[in-house]
Amino acid sequence: MIHFDNVTKTYANQGRPALENVNLDVEKGEFVFLVGPSGSGKSTFLRLILKEERPTTGRIHVAGKDLARLTNWKVPHLRRRIGCVFQDFRLLPNKNVYQNIAFALEVIGKPRRFIRKVVPEVIDLVGLEGKRDRMPDELSGGEQQRVAMARAFVNRPMILLADEPTGNIDPATSIGIMKVLDRINRTGTTVVMATHDAAIVDSMRKRVIELEYGKVVRDQSRGVYGQAY
Amino acid sequence: MRFNFVFSEVWIGLRRNLTMTVALVVVVAISLSLLGTGLLFVKQVDNTRSFWQSRVQLSVYLCTATDVSANCQKSGQVTQDQINSIRNELLATHDILSIQFVSAKQAYKQFRQEFASNTPIVKYTQQDSIPPSFQIRLKNTEVDAPQVTEVMNGVTGVSQVVNDASILNQFYRLLDGARNAVVAVAIFLLIAAILLVANTIRLSAFNRRRETSIMRLVGASNFYVQLPFLVEGMIAGMIGWLVATGLLIGVKSVLMSTLQSIFPYGVTLSTTDLVEVIIVAMITGLLICGSTSFLTLRRYLRV
Repeated sequence: MIHFDNVTKTYANQGRPALENVNLDVEKGEFVFLVGPSGSGKSTFLRLILKEERPTTGRIHVAGKDLARLTNWKVPHLRRRIGCVFQDFRLLPNKNVYQNIAFALEVIGKPRRFIRKVVPEVIDLVGLEGKRDRMPDELSGGEQQRVAMARAFVNRPMILLADEPTGNIDPATSIGIMKVLDRINRTGTTVVMATHDAAIVDSMRKRVIELEYGKVVRDQSRGVYGQAY
Repeated sequence: MRFNFVFSEVWIGLRRNLTMTVALVVVVAISLSLLGTGLLFVKQVDNTRSFWQSRVQLSVYLCTATDVSANCQKSGQVTQDQINSIRNELLATHDILSIQFVSAKQAYKQFRQEFASNTPIVKYTQQDSIPPSFQIRLKNTEVDAPQVTEVMNGVTGVSQVVNDASILNQFYRLLDGARNAVVAVAIFLLIAAILLVANTIRLSAFNRRRETSIMRLVGASNFYVQLPFLVEGMIAGMIGWLVATGLLIGVKSVLMSTLQSIFPYGVTLSTTDLVEVIIVAMITGLLICGSTSFLTLRRYLRV
């Protein structure tokens, strides 16, 4: 599903590469934690998958496509197969829950009948029944993140990228968020989650990839946040 | 394609940027109406030219008893013999389409008709101060007119030779000058309009960066991301054009009545002319707003 082949990314005006010689494979349906301190290259990794950045050297395949050979006008089609969730939710403040989720489908030209059918389904999936008409500022942080997850998932992407989705949320609420991510993962969607949250990583017991100074220093199935041995 | 989605986005964009939109509309309206005015001048000159093309005449004015030109002071009032010999000489030497003798009496009658509205002039002009003349139409006015003028100026009984074309040329020069001034101002304003479009779109893109970043993230195509901005620029341009259309209709009637009071011969502008000018203004407005929006978007909304 995601394949990195000796990928190095050096930003202009920066000496040390943000990612250096990264080789890894993420299979379809996997749940992967990406851990490591700030500046270790987690965000760069996610941006490379979205083709928001191009690798300096090396090859990346996502969903069977070689990103280097993907023309610019094909990039939107790649992004339709990848959902994204961020620490800061990125909801539109002037749209309610339903409209925020529907927006993601409207802008890719889905018919209204389809939108009316799938948006309520995904609202139920993330556990926001009865809150479809709330505005973002009437929701708690956890609820806002659920809206963001619903928006990322509503188009049934093959991959869900989550960049510190629990970063702004208290631990108790985070458990609910993780349950939703797990539910999404169980539908067959590959989930890659960058995080600092040791408790969550330890409790989930999923594959853990640890980055440090742009290098993969650990890749462990059923891992924990820190060194377990 | 979901049109109501695009248009609701456009509406939000125009409303959030109200002041810039108004400025844009005003500048587009003024620049397009000035451009249109310039084009109306061009049309005007063209129409007058083709009206006079077949009518341009050379008038050979003959001496009257009271004529003060040097030639006439010497010879006095023109005699019938002199009239005949002038006619013969004209016919013999040049390629003439038609020649018509207008007697002093006929000329006076014509004068009274043309200046009927201006009673003081009619009242104080006496019949014998209007000279008789030959009205000549030449086959090849541009080449022959100066020659005829030169030859006839020395002939006994001829007071002066007036080429209608030289009077018309003064009129054309006046209109051409006015046109150049108007078009020059229009060009400056169009440049201002281009900069304003670019700025409005940039502000609009900034105001909606949240929406556009989400659109890009969920995989909206470039076309879908950019279309609302493009339409926004074009709609502002079209409102400007509508205002300009109103202004041009006003300009046409004012321009016409002013010009007709200065030079009441063959000055016409048809509705077709006006419609043509308005269509040209529309195309200019659409092109300027559309292409500027497009180029600005390529800079500020990269995928």
